[in-house]
Amino acid sequence: MSAHHDDRSFIRKYIFSTDHKIIGIQFLFVSLFFLLVGGLLAMQIRWQLGFPGRPMPGGGILPATMAPGGVILPEYYIQLVTMHGTFMVFFAIMPLLVGVFANYLIPLKIGAHDMAFPTLNMASFWTALLAGLIMLAGFFVPDGAPRAGWTSYAPLSARPDLSGASYGQMLWCISLVCLGLSSILGSVNYITTVINLRAPGMTWFRLPLSVWALFITAILGLLALPVLSGAAIMLLFDQTIGTHFFDPAAGGQALLWQHLFWFFGHPEVYILILPAMGMVSDIVANGSRKPIFGYHSMVFAITGIAFLGWIVWGHHMFVSGMNPTLGSTFMVTTMIIAVPSAIKVFNWMGTMWRGNLRFHVPMLNAIGFVAMFTIGGLSGVFMAATPVDIHIHDTYFIVAHIHYVLFGGSLFALFGAITFWYPKMFGRLMNEFWGKVHFWLTMIFFNLTFFPMHILGMGGEMRRLYDPTQYDFLKPYQPLNTFISYSAFLLFASQVVFFVNFLWSLKHGKAAGNNPWEDNGLEWSLPSPPAHGNWETVPTVYRGPYEYSSPLVKEDYLPQYRKLDTDREPAMTPVSGH
Amino acid sequence: MHWWLPAQGSTFAGFIDTLFTVILIITGIAFFVVELGLLWFTFRYRARPGRRAHYTHGNLKAEVIWTAIPAITVVALGIVSNHYWKIIKGRNSVPADAYQIGVHAKQFEWQITYPGPDGVLGTADDFTLRNDLHVPAGRPVVVHLSSEDAIHSFFVPVFRLRQDVVPGMAINAWFQATTPGEYELACSQLCGLGHYRMRAHLTVMTWDDFQAWMKTAAQGATS
Repeated sequence: MSAHHDDRSFIRKYIFSTDHKIIGIQFLFVSLFFLLVGGLLAMQIRWQLGFPGRPMPGGGILPATMAPGGVILPEYYIQLVTMHGTFMVFFAIMPLLVGVFANYLIPLKIGAHDMAFPTLNMASFWTALLAGLIMLAGFFVPDGAPRAGWTSYAPLSARPDLSGASYGQMLWCISLVCLGLSSILGSVNYITTVINLRAPGMTWFRLPLSVWALFITAILGLLALPVLSGAAIMLLFDQTIGTHFFDPAAGGQALLWQHLFWFFGHPEVYILILPAMGMVSDIVANGSRKPIFGYHSMVFAITGIAFLGWIVWGHHMFVSGMNPTLGSTFMVTTMIIAVPSAIKVFNWMGTMWRGNLRFHVPMLNAIGFVAMFTIGGLSGVFMAATPVDIHIHDTYFIVAHIHYVLFGGSLFALFGAITFWYPKMFGRLMNEFWGKVHFWLTMIFFNLTFFPMHILGMGGEMRRLYDPTQYDFLKPYQPLNTFISYSAFLLFASQVVFFVNFLWSLKHGKAAGNNPWEDNGLEWSLPSPPAHGNWETVPTVYRGPYEYSSPLVKEDYLPQYRKLDTDREPAMTPVSGH
Repeated sequence: MHWWLPAQGSTFAGFIDTLFTVILIITGIAFFVVELGLLWFTFRYRARPGRRAHYTHGNLKAEVIWTAIPAITVVALGIVSNHYWKIIKGRNSVPADAYQIGVHAKQFEWQITYPGPDGVLGTADDFTLRNDLHVPAGRPVVVHLSSEDAIHSFFVPVFRLRQDVVPGMAINAWFQATTPGEYELACSQLCGLGHYRMRAHLTVMTWDDFQAWMKTAAQGATS
């Protein structure tokens, strides 16, 4: 395959494409759509919490089984929290990080023509889309969407007589089995590609940290998703053919589900943050015009987090009734996993130290990531301390924590990454001014929305509560809940700026040229957007990815592909494409 | 509204709140170091014409220091936490003389079984009240938790006590209330569409008041 002849039909080129770049962009559009869906669900949750029992503006279009006269029903409310979590975790953040960027970046950054298995790659996208549509279908079946939370704790999730949801709960299982298949297909592909298709000279320790993070994430995905698929199939059997794996009323074990779910679920948490950390590393080095501080310790930190991520799942279960001695064990591993995260934060700061900082929109969002991820990481220490967790478990303190990590962390990184690689994807830059407006509005309203949730959690406000004013001790917090809701509405409105900028710039953005950010990565040697097959002949790599402000050249960047007179050709035999 | 933790109503509350405060101070220091550092760097090292970044790939000494400090801190926190964890939840933590109360959770109510005037659970004078938990102050109480259907969670914010109530499992949780008064028992695990209204009234009484209440309530329940 080469970058030359492209006589594919429109359908093969843009719909059933095997080009990793097109597949990445397909993932981008689909998961931005699901991000919007998840956001709309969150707005309805915030309406009910801010203004319990009041008719929701525009809620009149919902059927009477959800919101008669626009007033949200308790059964619809728990569908909202279940589907908000499910969509954001599985169909927005995960595909945005992995589906989009593992696909788009890996071949371009390692100097390959395409993925090792392009057809599997195409299958991975279509399976993921199918999974998303199956999940969405939950809203349209009798009894509506699943109602057991995104964690689907059994036996509530296993027994329709307890949850009140029958088909929706089954669709949840079927959808996640499909999604698991999609992730496994993708992971196999990413791992094989990174191992086998690196360009000559692209040694392991010359890989950009984004590729390291995506590679380690793929290993996590390959090992974790089968556990979720297995658990989801068992749950589906409980719902349909009466197996009772998780129903103690007939000999099953309620905690078995939690162990299986979190054995998958905690590595999943790192699937949702490691790629963000990797891409932020690339962007911070570029924005600081400095080599990344402590490249090797960054790689070891990623690997360390990935390993420890397998032995911390019990911290979700401190008060579940699990053996309390196990609680002590999981507390220790959970405390230790804070260390590699701290190393990464200090290394990003070390990268900025004595740098020459360019505040382009990707850099602003990357700094925002470091600032917000730090808060999310530090609030995790409270939960790791078992006695404190007894009080704050299942409260808004946890809701605050997860949003600082997944929104303040992953989503800020994604805003940065999308803005950074947008010119390579579409040949045009997103608008700089509106990008900055979006960053600042999001930063302000994000903190106004989620920081006060720590206060609610300390006061004891429980998660997934349809109407907190039912409790006397929570009534005084209602003004704060209303304040959070107003902030959340403004946070949602701020995202319109991003979406409009994204769509407008497709046609009207400034032409990008090959290397608008003066970056060192291989992808920037190509035209924007690169042709099918990427390279005529694969490039040769002469150095690591972060040679900014090198004394060897007068420019403040030295791309991996640029050959200086002093560089020798790499001894490694070139790896062929296909 | 409180901007801090709720009022303290059990012997656990003091050290949980202290631990919370200690963690807040430690993480607060880390918070200010990172956030103020980021702010200072964005100002101090902003791009200006003619400047060039300092070319370095890292500093082993700095990295060892900022690995060691968090590592020592979190391990120390873990050791301290575990001491209190064992007091509250340890396998043999329930005091032998704890006063026994049965708590049965079902969608969407709490059924509280009292030992009656004889003080022994499982005898003929036991009686059960719905969504009405009375406990004595000043002595340990153990609740025997069971669930009829889904997972529920026994949560009393003023006691700083939470324990999931799992169908198929017999779980004991203990506490010693300190301050007589009126409080609430909440369900803190999503258990179905009525989860939000699964609350019970909690009354903490002096031992004498509790004994007196027990006699009247037992008569009321059996008559």
